[in-house]
Amino acid sequence: MSTEEFDIVVIGGGPGGYVAAIRAAQLGLKTAVMEKEHLGGICLNWGCIPSKALLRSAEINNLMTRLDEFGFSADNVRFDAGTVVDRSRLIANKLSKGVQYLLKKNNVTVFMGVGKICAPGAVEVTTKKEKFTINAKDIVISTGAKPKLLSSAPDNDPNIWTYKEAMVPETIPGSIVVIGSGAIGVEFASFYRDMGSSVTLIESLGSILPVEDTEISSFVAETFAKSGITIHTSSTVKSIGSTNGVLSILVQRKDGTEICIEAEKAIVAIGITANVDGLGLENTKIQKVQGHIEVNQWMETAESHIYAIGDVAGPPWLAHKASHEAIMCIEKITGSPDIKQLDYKQIPGCTYCRPQVASLGLTEKKARETSKELKIGRFPFRGNGKAVALGEPEGLIKTIFDASTGELLGAHMVGPEVTELVQGFAIAMGLECTEEDLIRTIFPHPTLSEIMHESVLDAYDKAIHI
Amino acid sequence: MAVEILLPALSPTMTEGTLARWLKKEGESVRAGDVIAEVETDKATMEIEAIDDGTLQSILIPEGTEGIPINTPIGVISEEDATSNLESNSSKSLPETELIRPVPASKITENVERNVENAETDHTVNVKGRILASPLAKKMASRENLDLASITGTGPKGRIVKEDILEAVNKSFGQPNLSEKAPMATMEKPQDAVVMDTPFHTTSNTNMRKVIAQRLAESKSTIPHFYMTVGIEVDKLLEIRTQFNNEEELSLSINDFFIRATALALKSLPAANVSWDPKETIYYERVDVAVAVAVPGGLLTPVIRDAGNKGLASISQEMKELAKKAKNGELLPEQYQGGTFSISNLGMYGVREFAAVINPPQAGILAIGASTEKPVVKNSAIAIATNVDCTLSCDHRVIDGATGAELLRVIKGLIENPLTMML
Repeated sequence: MSTEEFDIVVIGGGPGGYVAAIRAAQLGLKTAVMEKEHLGGICLNWGCIPSKALLRSAEINNLMTRLDEFGFSADNVRFDAGTVVDRSRLIANKLSKGVQYLLKKNNVTVFMGVGKICAPGAVEVTTKKEKFTINAKDIVISTGAKPKLLSSAPDNDPNIWTYKEAMVPETIPGSIVVIGSGAIGVEFASFYRDMGSSVTLIESLGSILPVEDTEISSFVAETFAKSGITIHTSSTVKSIGSTNGVLSILVQRKDGTEICIEAEKAIVAIGITANVDGLGLENTKIQKVQGHIEVNQWMETAESHIYAIGDVAGPPWLAHKASHEAIMCIEKITGSPDIKQLDYKQIPGCTYCRPQVASLGLTEKKARETSKELKIGRFPFRGNGKAVALGEPEGLIKTIFDASTGELLGAHMVGPEVTELVQGFAIAMGLECTEEDLIRTIFPHPTLSEIMHESVLDAYDKAIHI
Repeated sequence: MAVEILLPALSPTMTEGTLARWLKKEGESVRAGDVIAEVETDKATMEIEAIDDGTLQSILIPEGTEGIPINTPIGVISEEDATSNLESNSSKSLPETELIRPVPASKITENVERNVENAETDHTVNVKGRILASPLAKKMASRENLDLASITGTGPKGRIVKEDILEAVNKSFGQPNLSEKAPMATMEKPQDAVVMDTPFHTTSNTNMRKVIAQRLAESKSTIPHFYMTVGIEVDKLLEIRTQFNNEEELSLSINDFFIRATALALKSLPAANVSWDPKETIYYERVDVAVAVAVPGGLLTPVIRDAGNKGLASISQEMKELAKKAKNGELLPEQYQGGTFSISNLGMYGVREFAAVINPPQAGILAIGASTEKPVVKNSAIAIATNVDCTLSCDHRVIDGATGAELLRVIKGLIENPLTMML
């Protein structure tokens, strides 16, 4: 096959790559994207989306245990794990097809294959059938990341899962140990607990969800404990053994004592590492830092005309961060006017365990480190009519302001549907609202959003319903 | 075509203005860029310039008229010298920014000029004279006493955002203080001094430059400085520093030790942590050490607050952050304003010793030189010691020689026996 010429080539078709490709095509560039496995990337196929489908089933299963509370009675309520998983896969496939359609609609050429940079401006594509080279003035790397593996765990044990295996269980295991309590770990802990497994959660740092505000992570820890999840923080896995299909996980706790936990399955969710192998970085001037590709604020690597976005360019590992970097990067390449660099302090994070967690900006600890005088507000879901009516009165919204300017520094939320609420604070922060603007904003009644309002009011000692 | 000149809104708070002076007579031709009138607002005197060539057809508001509401027609310009009837309909549809161009009479802030000169692309001031600014930017501007009209917005549609205010604060470093103080003798352009055939060029002084010039000229001309120098051996300090940096994974600098030692010394010697005021002597009850940091185009003095109660590790970390912020122009006013005593270190340039100018209203500054190995006599034998010369500059109005000497003695004691400053 002869060499094809493009203006821009995007390597990797996840939420960074496909968005970059669409935006580039919209701006008139002749664009190609290559994807080795499935359009939409991990997010759409093995991450954000299918896990939300699973968690929806878990939520329903949890509600089933509370039917009488809402005036229902039912006998013999059961679920079929196969159908739960099938539903999740169907949703992922449907959305992946949607990405395929969007790329086609925007005249993006899609190569289903692996890309390797052979020289600046030239990418070798290996598909199942053939190998050929395409040329492009600009190259965007968006190859994402893969799970970090546990060095103390045996390789290829079918009972030791990463998120990928955990997403498609054949049956719901009787017992499961989740190693790592970031967003992925706690979501699976929550899912499997609500589906009936006995769950143990192990975290090497001092609290679960260690990046969240400590008040929020302790709230989740308490709720998890009530739901029957066993948590070991400041604990590390020393080894994992396997006898007759049962895993024995040796855990060293903070005080030095060791315990052995037996479980049918273990999920390793201790973080992810950038996909840089086989990319041909050695043929470029690209530098790596802590395993990911080093970029500047415009996603430019050390090699001119090569860019990196999303997980492969470093944390935070969030799909929405990747997509925003994609658009900014492309608009920088095309010289669009008025582009702004991303404000990494304003990226909201969402975790869909039960209770949900959503946060934005500085935690209280980080805010204290700025040595600014703070105003901090808290409002519990219990004081909100809608939350009580829903039967979901457990949760908290905490807001942090700079006392001198009224700048919103951080918002931290735990409780039902908070992942849908956090954008309100993201808009407020983005528009640089002060507490006065938020206090004057009329939040509709009865909604959970009123808790956001009351939290702001509380920061200024003006809360009404507490 | 004749167009009305409407009184423009020259600041966000301006609702009316005074027509101070007409600089053109009726019937006089005007060229683009000519100043045609001066208008006084609540903040400043602003000039109104003609945008296009034409003739000042008529003056509608006489000089000296006060309380003219904004958007009142004050005169009429006929373009291209054509004497025609006033086409009020078409003129009213034109935004006033296209007809006239106000510039500040005192051209302190270049921003204002940029703002209005490029009215086509600059959206900060929209046609109604409303300034687009985020709520946070408005609040910060009012706290910093900044006029939003003098700030160029970089947000969406030219909106003024937090970042713009921070930049303006850094640019106008100390600006509000300038007006509060008695004006200094203005620096005349040294025309006579310039030898006629020496090629030269000029750059306009930044606000930081102006503040440095004003503050230090004031210091050197009003404060009776006296100086005393002491040599301090730092061998033990270097040893303990290496130990800390290796074992505790810190990266303490010699300067960090000097900050801590100076702070402790001032804490133990309240008579040196003072400011002169003609009526009374001010004794500070906390030691806030300002540390001079060179930045492009000048220097800033970020402040380590309550340094007397901070350990070496936290001083070191705070200093690194402040220095980085200073170099990136990210310091907030509260991070560089104030301070009860200063430290300036030119050791890294190999300077052996120097005498620094006091940063008023402070009464002292410690100038630290380079560490150099020197032969010394110890126990009747020649040995090698690493020495740092430190020069203390004091304001003699409030610190006497004995107090200054005592301060140096304590600092020397702490540095030479660094374990004593760990407590």
